[in-house]
Amino acid sequence: MSASRTFRVLPGFRLTLGYTLAYLSLIVLLPLGAVFLKTATLSLAEFWTVVSAPRVVATYKLSFGMSLAAAAINAVFGLMLAWALVRYAFPGKHLIDALIDLPFALPTAVAGIALTALYAKNGWLGQYLEPQGIQVAFRPLGVLIALVFIGLPFVVRTVQPILEDLDTELEEAAASLGAHRWQTFRHVILPVLLPALLTGFALAFARAVGEYGSVIFIAGNIPMVSEITPLMIITKLEQYDYTGATAIAVVMLVVSFALLLLINSLQAWTASSGKTGTGRDR
Amino acid sequence: MSIQVRNIRKAFGDFVALDDVSLDFPTGELVALLGPSGCGKTTLLRIIAGLEQADAGQVLLDGEDASGTHVRERQVGFVFQHYALFRHMSVFDNVAFGMRMKPRGERPSERQIRDKVHELLALVQLDWLADRFPTQLSGGQRQRIALARALAVEPRVLLLDEPFGALDAKVRKELRRWLRKLHDELHITSIFVTHDQEEALEVADRVVLMDHGHVEQTGTPEEVYRHPATPFVYGFLGAVNFFHGRVDGSALRVGDDVLPHASQEFDAGAEVIAFARPHELDLVPDEQGDAGEIGVGARIARILAFGVTARIELDGLNGLGGKSSGQHFEVELTQQRVAELNLAEGQRVRLLPSRLKVFERNGTTGASA
Amino acid sequence: MAAATTLAWTGAARADAATRFEAQAATREAPWVKWLILGISLAFFAVFLLLPLVAVFVEALRKGWETYWSALAHDDALSAIGLTLTAAAIAVPLNLVFGVAAAWAIAKFEFRGKHFLITLIDLPFSVSPVIAGLIYVLIFGAQGWLGPWLAEHDIRIIFAVPGIVLATVFVTFPFVARELIPLMQAQGREEEEAALVLGASGWQTFRHVTLPNIKWGLLYGVILCNARAMGEFGAVSVVSGHIRGQTNTLPLHVEILYNEYQFAAAFAVASLLALLALVTLTVKTWVEHRAGSGTPSSKAQQDAAS
Repeated sequence: MSASRTFRVLPGFRLTLGYTLAYLSLIVLLPLGAVFLKTATLSLAEFWTVVSAPRVVATYKLSFGMSLAAAAINAVFGLMLAWALVRYAFPGKHLIDALIDLPFALPTAVAGIALTALYAKNGWLGQYLEPQGIQVAFRPLGVLIALVFIGLPFVVRTVQPILEDLDTELEEAAASLGAHRWQTFRHVILPVLLPALLTGFALAFARAVGEYGSVIFIAGNIPMVSEITPLMIITKLEQYDYTGATAIAVVMLVVSFALLLLINSLQAWTASSGKTGTGRDR
Repeated sequence: MSIQVRNIRKAFGDFVALDDVSLDFPTGELVALLGPSGCGKTTLLRIIAGLEQADAGQVLLDGEDASGTHVRERQVGFVFQHYALFRHMSVFDNVAFGMRMKPRGERPSERQIRDKVHELLALVQLDWLADRFPTQLSGGQRQRIALARALAVEPRVLLLDEPFGALDAKVRKELRRWLRKLHDELHITSIFVTHDQEEALEVADRVVLMDHGHVEQTGTPEEVYRHPATPFVYGFLGAVNFFHGRVDGSALRVGDDVLPHASQEFDAGAEVIAFARPHELDLVPDEQGDAGEIGVGARIARILAFGVTARIELDGLNGLGGKSSGQHFEVELTQQRVAELNLAEGQRVRLLPSRLKVFERNGTTGASA
Repeated sequence: MAAATTLAWTGAARADAATRFEAQAATREAPWVKWLILGISLAFFAVFLLLPLVAVFVEALRKGWETYWSALAHDDALSAIGLTLTAAAIAVPLNLVFGVAAAWAIAKFEFRGKHFLITLIDLPFSVSPVIAGLIYVLIFGAQGWLGPWLAEHDIRIIFAVPGIVLATVFVTFPFVARELIPLMQAQGREEEEAALVLGASGWQTFRHVTLPNIKWGLLYGVILCNARAMGEFGAVSVVSGHIRGQTNTLPLHVEILYNEYQFAAAFAVASLLALLALVTLTVKTWVEHRAGSGTPSSKAQQDAAS
């Protein structure tokens, strides 16, 4: 007698997969598809006019430029922070470790007004920076600071577990072969961390590109100076220019999807390189 | 309860795990499914349990087709390779699980459950661990709890997947003996899967040897060890030496050397492969490297003389020049014989088999000489 | 694109790493390097993370407790609290059920396109919140596909509560699923199979074996999901219409107050959300700790077995 090829001894496969696909389609896929359908009502030339308008292009430069810079800053300082949290014992360590996730938990609007309170002309830090000629609020620098804030945990939290899993033997071997501490870091530790560091960088960058709430308060949203791309979409919407808003959204979505693919392959790389030596999974 | 499997086929994608396997497991026997990893033995066990479904073929439990019976209703006890103890439950709750899951009408009272659990824990000699959690147990203890849990539902058959696979050598040996004893007390039809030939031969009433989804041989441990049906079985059940040769009358030509061979089963000129276990080979000194003498030329590489018997490792020599043939041999001799021959490392000798098992090359027909 | 944090690693492991590495000269930096790294990273932490948090509370209380309380007790604030709780109360259970179903299908069964499905589930994290709002405007808005039909039947979704709930569901969509999928994959299906062999039904297996094994991961996902649901700003901002007392959530209320230069009131409401964040972090840390001590990693199990 022939058996069905889809035999599964655990129950509920059809039910759960069916539900998953239905819910996913309804909440995520169909609505996202709507964006592309809406853009299809534009001719290519119209689309190009919208997405290449000087004011819009200025927002790309700001959004992508500051996101890259913020991710780079976070890669450096996030790595240091992760290193300190894993390698050193110091008072208050557990508290700091828990607070690293603050940007995940703190609503972006709250972060936005708090940063503005700090960096505005007469703010806590702004009052000292302004006389030095450093303007933060309502300038690209303000955008950068907000993006550093929201991106930091991505780097720390991707690098930290890899650092913890590192075998002391690796470094002992390097030392026994005559390597200095810096050489050991540069040639032994950093290559192991690299996939995770790049993943954290990419995650921070991807988040920064789409970020809205924490940026708009400190940015001041001056056209051609401190206007980010997501805000451009809102501006178009408020002018009832739905197709314009959608066209810009498509540009952002395409970038997001590309980043998602990049991150996925980076994470696969992290998983495969992190597994050598320590058998965390059975 | 007896188990029969009839013409079972199972493939995972392109990989054929079981290819037309038919077997009988008589009531009350303890049978070992033995083979290298990937031979299909675990798949067969899971199909019998109902955890996997065959692409074709039948599983008969007590003569009745069980193909339509869900694993829940098959009343099999299954012991998983990694035990699969419920990590959030105490040992007691693990063992009680099967009874507590019964429909309300059939479910024993908590009191009955308690008695039964303690009875089973006593049987596996771990009554004192009832309140522990799986993570607090040693591997051997987990193994026995898993067995007690499987027995709690009064299974008609007991299936064990690599029951000793994850244990260290000493615990393994103890548990082997213990499982045999337990089976002699309970007499439940049991099948266990293993890749360790010593384990299979020592514990089981009968051994089923499998390779590449086929059954190679079935028999008592004595039968399969003494009379291996195929080169695979011969090779799998212990250390072997082999010689590629050609049948020439009553002799076997191995390169330029000759081995005696009495069997008439092979045509002259047939290409064969001959096996001998280490204790079935003797050594004779051969300082000159005479060609044409009886026996295969070799040079002693190492003598390991610390056991009851001595083990001698040799490099095969090829023909007159005495060049290394790249083949290695292992011979087991009594200490007395080693002393008698006055063997030394580097010495040239000839290998003389006292018993040869000959198979046709690429074939399965065999003959003893 | 939130939640790079997962339960995969435990507090216990973090504690000994420092002692492990600092014990030997070979894995230790010179003191001045150590202090330099510690100094820079802690200063960075203080300026970029700690200071904004402190600023929220200080600014909230700048005009005294009375102003603080009156800002929170204002009708608009109370209705914003109500709406925020409502949105979370709908979005979290929906995504919880989805997360469990998706994790069951993905972790316990083999099928084609699994990795692609996981990527799709992660999708809402990589979409800008503004776009998350926009997509629903395009469908349900006055000029959207369903707009005319909805207007005809007098159903309001955009600039109304349903739109806010939808946007919240979208942005919190992956939280529970992405927490459970790796956890359940690591746990395998042997325990479930064992339960079935012992005669348990599918539901009994899930209830008595699977659920206890994933409870900490589930709780973890729910906490993160809830925090985001209550704090979401961008997506909700697009679909809300900012109607005071009706379609204002707490984060939107903060924005309105701030833009009206009622700074103390804005920070007072913001401090409520900041408290929520601190509670979230506390519970999250506690769950990490519990999960770490309750279910030892497979590594520890293997150590015990040998």
